[in-house]
Amino acid sequence: MDKLIAKNPCEGLLPLTIGSVTLTEEEPGVMTALAPYKGKEKDLSAALKAAHGMAYPAPNRATGKAGSRAVWFGHGQAMLMGPAPDASLAEHATVVDQSDAWAVVWIEGEGVEDVLARLVPVDLRPAHFKRGHTVRSLLFHMTASITRVGDRAFQIMVFRSMAETLVHDLKTAMEGVAARG
Amino acid sequence: MRIKGKGLIDRSRSIPFMFDGVRYSGFEGDTLASALLANGVRLMGRSFKYHRPRGVLTAGSEEPNALVTVGSGASQEPNVRATVQEIYAGLEACSQNRWPSLNFDLLAANDLAAPFLGAGFYYKTFMWPKSFWEKVYEPIIRRAAGLGALSGQDNVDKYERAWAFCDLLVIGAGPAGLMAALVAGRAGADVILADEGSRMGGRLLAETYEIDGKPGHVWVDEVQAELEAMDNVRLMTRTSVAGVYDQGTYAALERVHHHDGRHPHGAPLETFWRIVAKRSVLAAGALERPVAFRDNDRPGIMTAGAVRAYLNRWGVSAGKNVTVFGNTDDIHRTARDLLAAGVHVAAVIDSRHDAPLSDDYPVLRGAQVCGSSGRKGLEAITVRRPSGEERIQTDCLAMTGGWNPSVHLTCHMNGRPTWRRDIAAFVPTPGAVPGMVPAGACNGSFSTAACLREGIAAAGEALADLGVKLPEVAVPEAEDTPYEIAQLWAVPGKGRAWLDFQNDVTVKDVKQAAVENFRSVEHMKRYTTQGMATDQGKNSNVAALAVLADATGRGISETGTTTFRPPYAPVSIAAIAAGAEGRGFRPQRFTTSHKASVARGAPMIEAGLWYRPSYFPKPGETTWRQSCDREVRMVREAVGVCDVSTLGKIDIQGPDAGAFLDFVYTNMFSTLKVGRVRYGLMLREDGYVMDDGTTARLGQHHYLMTTTTAAAGDVMKHLEFVHQGLRPELDVCFASVTEQWAQFAVAGPKSRDLLNGLLEKPLSDEEWPFMACGPVKVLGVEGRLFRISFSGEHAYEIAVPARYGASLFDILAERAEALGGGPYGMEALNVLRIEKGHITHAEIHGRTTAFDIGMGRMVSQKKDCIGKTMSERPGLEEEGREQLVGLKPVGESKQLLAGAHLYNEGAEPTRVNDQGYVTSVCYSPTLGHMIGLGFLADGPERHGETVKMVDGLRGVTTLCKVVDPVFFDPEGGRVRG
Repeated sequence: MDKLIAKNPCEGLLPLTIGSVTLTEEEPGVMTALAPYKGKEKDLSAALKAAHGMAYPAPNRATGKAGSRAVWFGHGQAMLMGPAPDASLAEHATVVDQSDAWAVVWIEGEGVEDVLARLVPVDLRPAHFKRGHTVRSLLFHMTASITRVGDRAFQIMVFRSMAETLVHDLKTAMEGVAARG
Repeated sequence: MRIKGKGLIDRSRSIPFMFDGVRYSGFEGDTLASALLANGVRLMGRSFKYHRPRGVLTAGSEEPNALVTVGSGASQEPNVRATVQEIYAGLEACSQNRWPSLNFDLLAANDLAAPFLGAGFYYKTFMWPKSFWEKVYEPIIRRAAGLGALSGQDNVDKYERAWAFCDLLVIGAGPAGLMAALVAGRAGADVILADEGSRMGGRLLAETYEIDGKPGHVWVDEVQAELEAMDNVRLMTRTSVAGVYDQGTYAALERVHHHDGRHPHGAPLETFWRIVAKRSVLAAGALERPVAFRDNDRPGIMTAGAVRAYLNRWGVSAGKNVTVFGNTDDIHRTARDLLAAGVHVAAVIDSRHDAPLSDDYPVLRGAQVCGSSGRKGLEAITVRRPSGEERIQTDCLAMTGGWNPSVHLTCHMNGRPTWRRDIAAFVPTPGAVPGMVPAGACNGSFSTAACLREGIAAAGEALADLGVKLPEVAVPEAEDTPYEIAQLWAVPGKGRAWLDFQNDVTVKDVKQAAVENFRSVEHMKRYTTQGMATDQGKNSNVAALAVLADATGRGISETGTTTFRPPYAPVSIAAIAAGAEGRGFRPQRFTTSHKASVARGAPMIEAGLWYRPSYFPKPGETTWRQSCDREVRMVREAVGVCDVSTLGKIDIQGPDAGAFLDFVYTNMFSTLKVGRVRYGLMLREDGYVMDDGTTARLGQHHYLMTTTTAAAGDVMKHLEFVHQGLRPELDVCFASVTEQWAQFAVAGPKSRDLLNGLLEKPLSDEEWPFMACGPVKVLGVEGRLFRISFSGEHAYEIAVPARYGASLFDILAERAEALGGGPYGMEALNVLRIEKGHITHAEIHGRTTAFDIGMGRMVSQKKDCIGKTMSERPGLEEEGREQLVGLKPVGESKQLLAGAHLYNEGAEPTRVNDQGYVTSVCYSPTLGHMIGLGFLADGPERHGETVKMVDGLRGVTTLCKVVDPVFFDPEGGRVRG
């Protein structure tokens, strides 16, 4: 009997360490796009808090912690990452499974901001982009979701189909930074 | 000639390098220009047009003469300024624009023909015969006139782009810039200090000034050390800020590895920075201007500031017997510096009648240099005084016509500089760039003390804007000599006096332009090409317009400057476009079946950003047509599998989802039953067709829309616009789920047999009729099934979460093969849809209406929708419009071509007789001949007529019968069967 085998978006491409920066594929668990219905943002936030322990994030913010995070994902939507969505959420928001739609990577190390400064037109330095800050912006030519998840760590997401370009672009930037010593 | 004990070079480190195949050596800290001068090499290039021998004129990035090519082969870099290029072991540089050699250049014959080659020569001479320009004249001119050449090979160097952010960007690290950065740094502001030089300090490295009783360069080192220790300050050397853009964005080019020739893995040669700054201080300094006099372009004649820079910074005397000429006290400083270093000064020629005298060197007051001699290097100058002309032997003339503040960046947002008569120079107009404050020499303040004061003041102004408190800062002590200048632009006389060294423009050319009525400075520039070369007129602009002002009897202020545009210094295209060459041009999107398709030998074609298989060749198939025909027959007779994941999938939910869809589609979706799919047509606001696709109703408030691959992003944008801008009252949300699902078409009479092995329950027509949809379990995984068909066969599309896509494709392809089928590609998909008369963006190309494609009745009369009113405009639904038809060849020629036009059988194929055009064609293996889709005037009423297809480009004429666009199975029995 045939059996379907699961593959990760960055299979065969990661992990990668260049200089002081390491790039790994993140296994985010279940990913769910939440878009609150009209006027239901507060109710959704309460339901999120009750079920998963984090509030619905304000623009450019991520709530929760590693393994269970809600990341602002653009106008009127957030991505719940980690837990399977509680049934109560569907009363206040559309709930769309996106577990397979995004390549999710974790980039960490000394000089990681310099690497991203080669690709992202946003000031990501610690004083301006703190832990819990997130942005939807460009990563070179791709639209991406970028969240600071540690002192020297970011979570980056692009469309699953662009995983190869993501790794290529990050690798090139990492090499450029590493070569400066 | 190297002077003992002078200069800021490291004499303990000798560095060998090559110039024009000859080995020389210099020291760490040398530029190519300083090292060549130290080796006694004065001839470094040939001029652009006349191939005149040229030496170095300046010591900075404004250098017009000493342009060289560095390296060879693929990494060869032309037009590198010898004054900027630092030497390193292994550096190989060559002179340019000469043949066969720098010393003996045959094209120097141009110089003899100079009387015929003045301004406007090309325009007047090469006008006729017209066809000669492209074929004869231009190639000859291009060979004779020019700069260095590219290798013609792909560039092997890596370039990089990067962003930086700060509160305050300080441009230039001379006394003003260093002081501004120091103040802002101490105040705690976030500062970037960028300087184009390899070392910070600007003119302080080139002069013998003291600050606070210390040599200038020692003060620089101390300030730099303090700045380096600050976390809030970033120092960027070898970085030229080249452009100013909106909202505090600055472009800068960093030369990362030009100076050492090293190529560590992954290291960029250059980095193109975009710096976003809340405020900026411009401390770009000033550029010295030459004086125009007869033959002022010989190697050995250079600006006085350059002579001092070579002496004080690099310990090189530009000559053994130096003369100095000019109109400010700078010439006396030059003479004193040279004398102090033990260099003989033959004479100081001061154009001012009240010039100071000296006991140490002869001063000729009220005198002007009016000529020079020496074939490949200066041998003597001629000096004119009221008493007569005098010839003086000299191997180096240091000249100055005063200083031009570097106002360029203040003009990048359309500002114009202001003329200041007292210093005979243009200065920045306050407020020319919002948030930028000029300070120091670029602001017309030339003394060291004034630079330091203005640096502090400018930083203070910026800090006040930023709400940061200005710390207590003492102004260091420094010279504060007043700047006294008598205007001197061109020395009158016969012969050619150069203004623009790089483009070979003389005083005579500018005067000629005025005579021919090119009196506007912008017209003069275009007519003479003054200021158009890589130095962008940095050395010549002001003098040229002063000559023009004189020739036209106007003032300098009234004459005005030409427009200073970015970039201030040359920026390589490779750096601007870094990373975007080749495949980096855009992201690549790969489906989950990509690797399997490639493994099966499928050539991949681009569809938007996606890569899709064109066809799957089998052993023995030598052309794409053989594979395509087989794949079509396979689908018609057995079963085929095709990855359709690239089609846009938009999840639409909410209580008003149905109402929303009714508004964006021409037809009704609120009435669609749950578990059913409907074909939908979408119009743009102007009433033309935007996109088409199927939409499935998955639940009461839950729809799944599909779009074409190409329009997925546009449709998503359109939906957002309609919701946010037009129907905000509707409670509906969308999410793109294109990437969440891997989806495969399984098409053909055996499609059900194939799927039955994978699903929990066998499929039946009762439960799964045509256009049914719903959740299924695919080998135990939650998936979705849609009974829809693009091929016209009994077909399904099956979707699973993308992580299982690769696996499912393998299983489907294998099972299809076991049933006599297999995977099929885009070519077969296209043939299958043309046989069925299904449209794609070849037909809905932006100029067709629902009426044109035969779907006029799909625009529901029961409701409004986007584009409906506009689609009812007169002319969009009337007789004579070109409408969709099918075409098949009936004459001798059996060939149909997309893009060809249609004419009545007996009509001449001319524009006025045009009846329509062909959009899609293919060979139909099902029907055994070519078929096509196209648009024909009143087409649907003309079925059965014969028309003439003419492809004027490819010279093909074919008689065609007009038929219904559905060629195969018009009753649709197969899709339901």
